[in-house]
Amino acid sequence: MNEPADAQPKRPRRRVSVVGVLGELLITAGVLVLLFLGWQQWLGDIIEGDQLYHQSVQQSQEWIKAAGPDKQPSDPAAPPVMSASLANGKTFGTLFVPRFGANYARPIAQGTALSVLNKGNLGHYTMTQMPGAIGNFMVASHRKAYGGDLEHINDLRVGDHIFVGTADGWYQYTFRNLQFVKPTDVAVLNPVPDQPGLQAGDRVITLQSCNPFFSTAERVMAYGTFDTFYPTSGGPPAEIAATVNGKS
Amino acid sequence: MYAALWRVLPGPWWTRLLILLVLIAAVLAVLVFWVFPWIGALTAPQDVTVAPGA
Repeated sequence: MNEPADAQPKRPRRRVSVVGVLGELLITAGVLVLLFLGWQQWLGDIIEGDQLYHQSVQQSQEWIKAAGPDKQPSDPAAPPVMSASLANGKTFGTLFVPRFGANYARPIAQGTALSVLNKGNLGHYTMTQMPGAIGNFMVASHRKAYGGDLEHINDLRVGDHIFVGTADGWYQYTFRNLQFVKPTDVAVLNPVPDQPGLQAGDRVITLQSCNPFFSTAERVMAYGTFDTFYPTSGGPPAEIAATVNGKS
Repeated sequence: MYAALWRVLPGPWWTRLLILLVLIAAVLAVLVFWVFPWIGALTAPQDVTVAPGA
């Protein structure tokens, strides 16, 4: 190879060695691994969370458009309950939690397989009830990565509102408490969570993720109780209106 | 390897630096938007649900 003809005193070039190239390749590999970790633990959730937010806003707007202005408002005390016979992976709802930020909106899909959860969905346990039904509407999600849907689950405070939007409207739940259990503790899936055999009388929502942070050793549950239903035709509840309309 | 890349790039040092920065940005974009999500889907499938057994 010829040196460029222009100026500058030539320094003797170090000869290319196998070890030298190998070293550079190893350093490159190390940097790539660190970049991947940075993406997985931080940047990825920001990017994917933003995509999920926009996807959810778009879905909400489609439902609002489809509802039409003439539909009769339903009774807030006895909200409509949609059919549970949905295809696996089908998106049927959107989760809004003001405590998680004004830009927080996440899709809720049927089923809890990893193929559903790894798309950033909150997955609905098919053996639990649907939103607004008497019993337990329970969804699971990753705590970190894949959108980190429930990263801040432990930030919920008593009285915080949790909204589930569907084609029918918005179900408002009020956060009540957290519970920590082992991954095999399936009693939390009961219509009255953690109380097998009891007849359900309340409408409960359960958000479930992993605990502690960066670990899958335990499961954390956030329970809420239903208090109001806002039909689609009446527009989103004021607390989440800006988020639903993508203006937050 | 990287020294060879530096020599192959044309122009004065600041042009080379500019080209290099653009190349790095392009590589990072490809990694973040395509490669990492793909690897993320393949690796470390974490079970986050409650289920009997195990």
